[in-house]
Amino acid sequence: MLDNLNILIQAPVFNLQLLLDGLFIGAVFALAAYGLALVWGVMNVKNLAQGELVIMGGYIAYLLAKLGVHPIFSVPIAMIVMFIFGWVTYVLIIRWVIEKDLFISLLSTFGLAIVVQQGLNLAFGPEVQTVESGFGTESFLGGNLSVATIKFISLVLCVILAAAVVSFMKLSRMGQAIRATSQDPRAARVMGINTDRVYAFTFSLNAAICGAAGVLVSMIWVIQPFYGVAYSVRAFVIVIVAGLGNLPGVIMAALGLGVAETYAGFSLGAELQQATVVILLLLVLVVRQILSARQRQVVQ
Amino acid sequence: MSISQQSWALQFAILAAGLVAPFIFPDYTFQITVLWLMIVFALTWDLMGGQMGYNSLGNIFFFGAGMYICAVVQVAVAGYDIGEYTAAYGGVKVDITTTNYYLGVAVGLTAAAIGCAFMSIFLSRALLGLRGPYFAIGTLGLALAGGELVGAWTWVGGGGGIALPVFPGEADDRSLFFYFLLFLEAVIVFLFLKQLYLTRFGLAINAIRDDEEKAEGMGIHTLRHKSVAWAISAFFLGISGGVFGNMIGFIEPLEVAFPTITFGIFMVAMPLLGGKGTLWGPVLGAFLFHTIKEVTWTYLLGWQWVALGVIIIINVVYFPQGIMGWIQSKWPERFGIVVDRKTSETENVKEAAS
Repeated sequence: MLDNLNILIQAPVFNLQLLLDGLFIGAVFALAAYGLALVWGVMNVKNLAQGELVIMGGYIAYLLAKLGVHPIFSVPIAMIVMFIFGWVTYVLIIRWVIEKDLFISLLSTFGLAIVVQQGLNLAFGPEVQTVESGFGTESFLGGNLSVATIKFISLVLCVILAAAVVSFMKLSRMGQAIRATSQDPRAARVMGINTDRVYAFTFSLNAAICGAAGVLVSMIWVIQPFYGVAYSVRAFVIVIVAGLGNLPGVIMAALGLGVAETYAGFSLGAELQQATVVILLLLVLVVRQILSARQRQVVQ
Repeated sequence: MSISQQSWALQFAILAAGLVAPFIFPDYTFQITVLWLMIVFALTWDLMGGQMGYNSLGNIFFFGAGMYICAVVQVAVAGYDIGEYTAAYGGVKVDITTTNYYLGVAVGLTAAAIGCAFMSIFLSRALLGLRGPYFAIGTLGLALAGGELVGAWTWVGGGGGIALPVFPGEADDRSLFFYFLLFLEAVIVFLFLKQLYLTRFGLAINAIRDDEEKAEGMGIHTLRHKSVAWAISAFFLGISGGVFGNMIGFIEPLEVAFPTITFGIFMVAMPLLGGKGTLWGPVLGAFLFHTIKEVTWTYLLGWQWVALGVIIIINVVYFPQGIMGWIQSKWPERFGIVVDRKTSETENVKEAAS
């Protein structure tokens, strides 16, 4: 375990490698976390099926790659398919739980997560899959630092997607309606906004963002039907750290999580990488609890 | 017959049925044993989720922890160090006397129960300040972390698991032994919780469910009550984990000890199906859920886990009050809840007017 730490100290260039890998994967986490923050903030639904939506997007790319579509072109296709899936999910499940107890929304999306996981498992089998993008690897610093070209491309795609979503939220009519609904649903209804449609659109948008993130994951990492839980946990870690409606915070937390996870995976061993994410979630919750307890003391 | 007489008659009927069931249906002993386990799961979850309003998604953690504590203690009583024992991957032939075996089980279960209760008290400092959905997410993280960490811990066998000492006796005696252990536990848990809900403690945790701030304002030490409730839950779950691990004979972190998406979610689904926050709801829910599962599972050919997710969604989304909750709202007077006709009528009028 400590041998790997020694490598990091003796060959500082490895640090750069890990840092870059962490940032590339963190950009994908940021997309999933932004979707979660959107649904959480607007509809107050905590979506435990977030990671499963990501993995679904990955499998769409996998399926399309089998049919001969290049994974980069499957980004928009996956977004459209996931948008429709999100809308159907909203009509069947989410619409009925918005007004209810928060635990109900958590548990129903957990049920959805189980359905998606097991459905994917039946359809594609439990093997680990990846989608070949056909790009090479760039080397820097005399071959000590190597980065797959696809990771650069995925980072650029992440930035484009994030910019598109943010400008959509700021500029379009629907984006304004979503923000108005998140501020005060009742007032939004009074102003003639069809909040039910806004909710449906928000959830579908989240599914589409997750689908795009999934395509990127399938290109730069691996997908497997049961890997979704880790993405849900990561999204929760990021959103709980950053808070709702705090886009710079989400991006910073996501990149930080990506780097922390790559370091942990390298120095502690790959079998502890999942555990690291989950333990980070517990730590974040405990810290949050301590902070809120302190706040309560101040109020008293 | 009044409702309490009916309740006693039902309890005696269940007790008698439980005592004779393995002799009448010897082929189904395993399934009925798991039914008692499910009833323990449902009742201990409902103590937290239904009665106290703290919906835990990770109570399975204590099941797995109890299983591992029990296994380690049993192997130690048999005279082996767990590290050497697991390193051999079943290569160690355990020579164990009958007395030593039963002693190991007894000490192991005691250690599992007490260990889990202590663990829950320790964890409650960290987690029980979280409210509502944060608590659910945190406990889910706890269960996932448990599975991952034990899987990476080579001293207790890691992902390879532990093969437990073999039962010294006939196979039929073995299944009866574990049947009666779990049956006894289910009965004890039921009677204990039934008494507990009648005490001030029961009222206090109900008050925490209804409004925690007000409960605190009324002078209830909320954290202490919550810790104790969680410790009770963990105590019984630890025992059930130890017994179940011995019954299976081989324990392994992800599928047997910390199965978050099977047992972990069953223990939430069952009280919700039966009606959470009632005494009989979890029992009824566990019975129905387990029966339906066992009867239909084999015909679903791989689709059973998808069906499980669908059942949870339908139950939670369209039928959240559960069967007992539905019966209570249908015939409230049978449960001693007095509905004042006058106020309920005026409320209806108000609702109609608004």
